Amino acid sequence: MARSMWKASLCFAGEDVPVKLYAAVEDRAVHFRLLHASDHVPVRQRMVDPRSGDEVPAEAVRRGVELEPGMFVLLSPSELSSMEPEPSRSIEVLRFVPAHAIDVGWYRRPYFLGPDGRAEDYFALTRALEKSGRLGIARWSMRRKRYYGVLAPHGEHLSLVSLSSVDEVVPISQLSKPDGTALNKGERRLAEQLVSTLDAAFEPAELRDEHRERLQQLISAKAQGRSIEFREQPVPAPPEDLSEALRESVRAAKERRVA
Amino acid sequence: MPEREGKALARSVWSGSISFGLVTIPVELYTATRKASPALRMLSEDGTPLARQYVCPEDGEVVSGDEIERGYEIEKGKFVLVTDEELEQLAPRRSRDISLDRFVDRHTIDPAFFVRSYFLVPSGERTKAYRLLAETMEATGRAAIASFVMRGHSHAVAIFADRGILRAQILRFGDELRSAEELDLPKAGKVDRARVAELVRSIESLAADSLDEAELVDDQAKRLVALAEQKREQGDDVVQAPEVVEPETEAEEEGETSGGQVLDLMALLKERLAERKPAHKRGKSKPDSAAGASRKQSRNERDRLEEASKQELYERARELDIPGRSKMSREELLDSVRRAG
Repeated sequence: MARSMWKASLCFAGEDVPVKLYAAVEDRAVHFRLLHASDHVPVRQRMVDPRSGDEVPAEAVRRGVELEPGMFVLLSPSELSSMEPEPSRSIEVLRFVPAHAIDVGWYRRPYFLGPDGRAEDYFALTRALEKSGRLGIARWSMRRKRYYGVLAPHGEHLSLVSLSSVDEVVPISQLSKPDGTALNKGERRLAEQLVSTLDAAFEPAELRDEHRERLQQLISAKAQGRSIEFREQPVPAPPEDLSEALRESVRAAKERRVA
Repeated sequence: MPEREGKALARSVWSGSISFGLVTIPVELYTATRKASPALRMLSEDGTPLARQYVCPEDGEVVSGDEIERGYEIEKGKFVLVTDEELEQLAPRRSRDISLDRFVDRHTIDPAFFVRSYFLVPSGERTKAYRLLAETMEATGRAAIASFVMRGHSHAVAIFADRGILRAQILRFGDELRSAEELDLPKAGKVDRARVAELVRSIESLAADSLDEAELVDDQAKRLVALAEQKREQGDDVVQAPEVVEPETEAEEEGETSGGQVLDLMALLKERLAERKPAHKRGKSKPDSAAGASRKQSRNERDRLEEASKQELYERARELDIPGRSKMSREELLDSVRRAG
């Protein structure tokens, strides 16, 4: 079983369900080391005073907030830690809302929750959430940071996806709807037809990072002393006239479908 | 509703078009997120922002940007070197188009795939096609799945329409998300129905139709600034950086973009999304007016810069005497050249 990163309890309305939290994101990025070109030794990074070029050791580094350009207020380690949330082992579920109440722009990072003892309570909660059709809005403190997130059933398990703090996201609800001349029926119908012709299922496996795959190919080829060449693909350019373009597109999409 | 401070500032990070069948809609991408927390800076005792430097652990020598190479560690201490040229060759072809050729039920997209959000703002004179696409997607409950290239990387993206506005949600790639099976989470056993009913009642006791946004405000950043302001008033630990030096921010947040113009997003959307009067009604100016031409010009210039190689950007940075240029990546060079002129 994979290692959990944190243990806590889901708490709401007098309930308390112990869970383990797991990272749902896998880092697939190709990470490079920076090397000194003359001897291929990984370089060390250090912080220096730009005037003297002298290294400033970690314990002498001060931290400050820039209130005006060039003007800083220094904050001591104890002042900084006083800003941190109280450590706690509970994931507080504040309320349960319908899925559409959560704006897509708020989602940040997913985690899985697994049972930590009392598995029957954990699976009963998953089932109950599914039945209610609602998602939990949760708040917790982990690793000296405050988090907000959405508790949701995910298959027979639970997921917790962190959310941005609301003041970090431009709310779509505060934007006014674009206006203009009414769209004509014919265009609307054609557009709907085109969308339905291009109907598909969401297939995560099709979301491939081809750039990363090419980079990995290059690295393994070089590791074996081979060289490799990649060809570029051309990009097409499209024309004008809305209705005509829509009609033409529907026709083309249908043909593709038949083929 | 919590108080939102200041304006919703946003940066245009990409310009191009979305195509929908043969219909092309020119758009610009604006980040939908803004940083709430002030960056904490690393300073020396007297308030000088520190600089990052690389040294060789073998000889203790300072290593400058052009003496650094990139290595992929295949086994301990053994590296495959990858050059800038090789990386450039691998980079996806610069494309200015997001082609929408798959539309899915928007509720089938697992939010675990969402990385960050951008607004798609129409950049052409006509907004009709934009409105038609947004309205159709909203009416049919569809989202489009596509891919596009930004800053030398290809991204998977889901386009959503809400309130007549299109948004691009960058998606994680399929293999970046683990499944419950991979994690080997225990399988469900027998579930006690009475317990489920009890939990449903507990859930219903906290049911609400919407979020209370006030509950979702992380005030840590505000408190940090408040403390700094208070110390400033008392004259405690206030330092003035002795000279203007290149700032060095701590760990840039994931997805935080720099570069592009900073604009008031609300005002911008309002202006761009409203229907414009035909040019001849706006007075005597022709569609090809001087203002229009100069706007086109600056866009050309912007495109030209984006297409420029790292070397070209570096030359330009040298002409503009941009400090720290030798250590900059291509994107950083592009950003500072744009800012400087």
